[in-house]
Amino acid sequence: MRDVAVVGIGMTKFGEIWEKSFRDLYVEAALAAIDDAGVDHLDSMVIGCMTSGLFVGQEHLGSLMADYLGQKQLAASRVESACASGGLAFRTAFLEIASAASDIVMAGGVEKMTDISGDGATYALAAAADQEYEVFHGATFPGLYALMAVAHMNKYGTTRDMLSAVAVKNHHNGSMNPYAQYPFKVTMDQVAKSVKVADPLNILDCSPITDGAAAVILTTVEIAKKLGKPIIKIIGSGHATDAIALHSRDDLTTLKATTVAAEKAFKMAGKTIKDIDFAEVHDCFTIAELMVMESLGLYTPGKAGQAVLNGETALDGKFPINTSGGLKSKGHPVGATGVAQVVEVVKQLRGEAENGRQLKSNPKVGMTQNMGGSGGSTLVHIMEVA
Amino acid sequence: MFPSRIWRESKHRYRLEAGKCKKCGKIVFPYRLICPECGHREFENINLPDTGKLVTYTVIRVAPSQFTDQAPYAVGIAELANGVRLLAQIADCEIEKLKVGMDIRIEFRRIQTDGHHGVLSYGYKFVPKWY
Repeated sequence: MRDVAVVGIGMTKFGEIWEKSFRDLYVEAALAAIDDAGVDHLDSMVIGCMTSGLFVGQEHLGSLMADYLGQKQLAASRVESACASGGLAFRTAFLEIASAASDIVMAGGVEKMTDISGDGATYALAAAADQEYEVFHGATFPGLYALMAVAHMNKYGTTRDMLSAVAVKNHHNGSMNPYAQYPFKVTMDQVAKSVKVADPLNILDCSPITDGAAAVILTTVEIAKKLGKPIIKIIGSGHATDAIALHSRDDLTTLKATTVAAEKAFKMAGKTIKDIDFAEVHDCFTIAELMVMESLGLYTPGKAGQAVLNGETALDGKFPINTSGGLKSKGHPVGATGVAQVVEVVKQLRGEAENGRQLKSNPKVGMTQNMGGSGGSTLVHIMEVA
Repeated sequence: MFPSRIWRESKHRYRLEAGKCKKCGKIVFPYRLICPECGHREFENINLPDTGKLVTYTVIRVAPSQFTDQAPYAVGIAELANGVRLLAQIADCEIEKLKVGMDIRIEFRRIQTDGHHGVLSYGYKFVPKWY
């Protein structure tokens, strides 16, 4: 396998972007990444998008976006793994370069979620769950994570405060991110008293409905050197799946796909969790961040909540998590999320994170964990300053 | 919802039919073509027991459009006596009395309606044993 680096990053502001279309969002992020990398062409493009068919009635994205990006006859495709579609696009691009099939590849992600009603968005997102045996019975996405939260609280004594602390931390970080949808701080009390969605999860435990896109340019380390950009090498990539339906899993308090994807990424990188300086993880709901921390092996099961309360994952903690604000504060345009996580890790490794959220610890190794549905798929990537 | 899609699942939803692997004994619900434990492809048709214990639950307060008139409603995962788990709504319950480990039985109920002129969907719901 050839060594692969990320040499360009770009993203749109996340939020309710009424004035920009689905295609405009993607092209804006893609052009920003091309400009940042300084490349004069692409060999191919992989786009992560969960369900543009349900959100805007548009499929066939590879061709549409290549055309609007002015890339005639480009080899372009779309990949899907629910909310992990962006992470899958990144892995696909990585493998294409590592295998010497292409030299310069764009991995992008996009979702336009506010062109339909809230009911419509709930329906579209539920397409990532088991339609016949979960959604049919009235389960919603917050509902599925709530089922895991209750199981986790019952088994380990996880508390309301532990969930709230995740939201407070991520909004604090997001308040310093100019690309965030909700760049404001929240208090423990506000989270605990916010509107109930699916007990025990409140609205401030949930990531929002978001429009947005992100894109990165990957190439070989040799070409990266010629471009003169900081070289952020991809040293580990892992991908795993699990049963979509929660009732088909043995244990509701852990995320098996995350554990296995991380093990694969660590093995490829020749590293363990102890060698990682910080991570962007899939906090679609506050309980998800706690379960991911435990499933990655960062904390033993049941111990993540107290660690967040202790500030161990804050910007100045020993293992900062979601310096971007995470999905909670930055926003969660589902197909774009996995790529936006890479954008943040690259910014931190380059020392370019805005408005005082740059880690002072001079990080060298960062990690992303991007999850589909209620944990039915996971992509983990490890990046290092070369 | 197209009638064939509902009819196709009726043996599971109406009669709780499941498959028991003829090689390793693993019970799959709903029916599958290959055993996820041992890879065997022959199953014996069995019926699931109609009682179990609640493994976890939630109260859905923001519901999708087919269920808005039912909200708030409880949804849970139960483990049946033979170890099979399934997800369903918890009907006829006092929300604040729900707890992990409580006994439930399975009843045949209406699940959702597809508008005023559409198909009525039936299936199973959990009912707490205190009733």
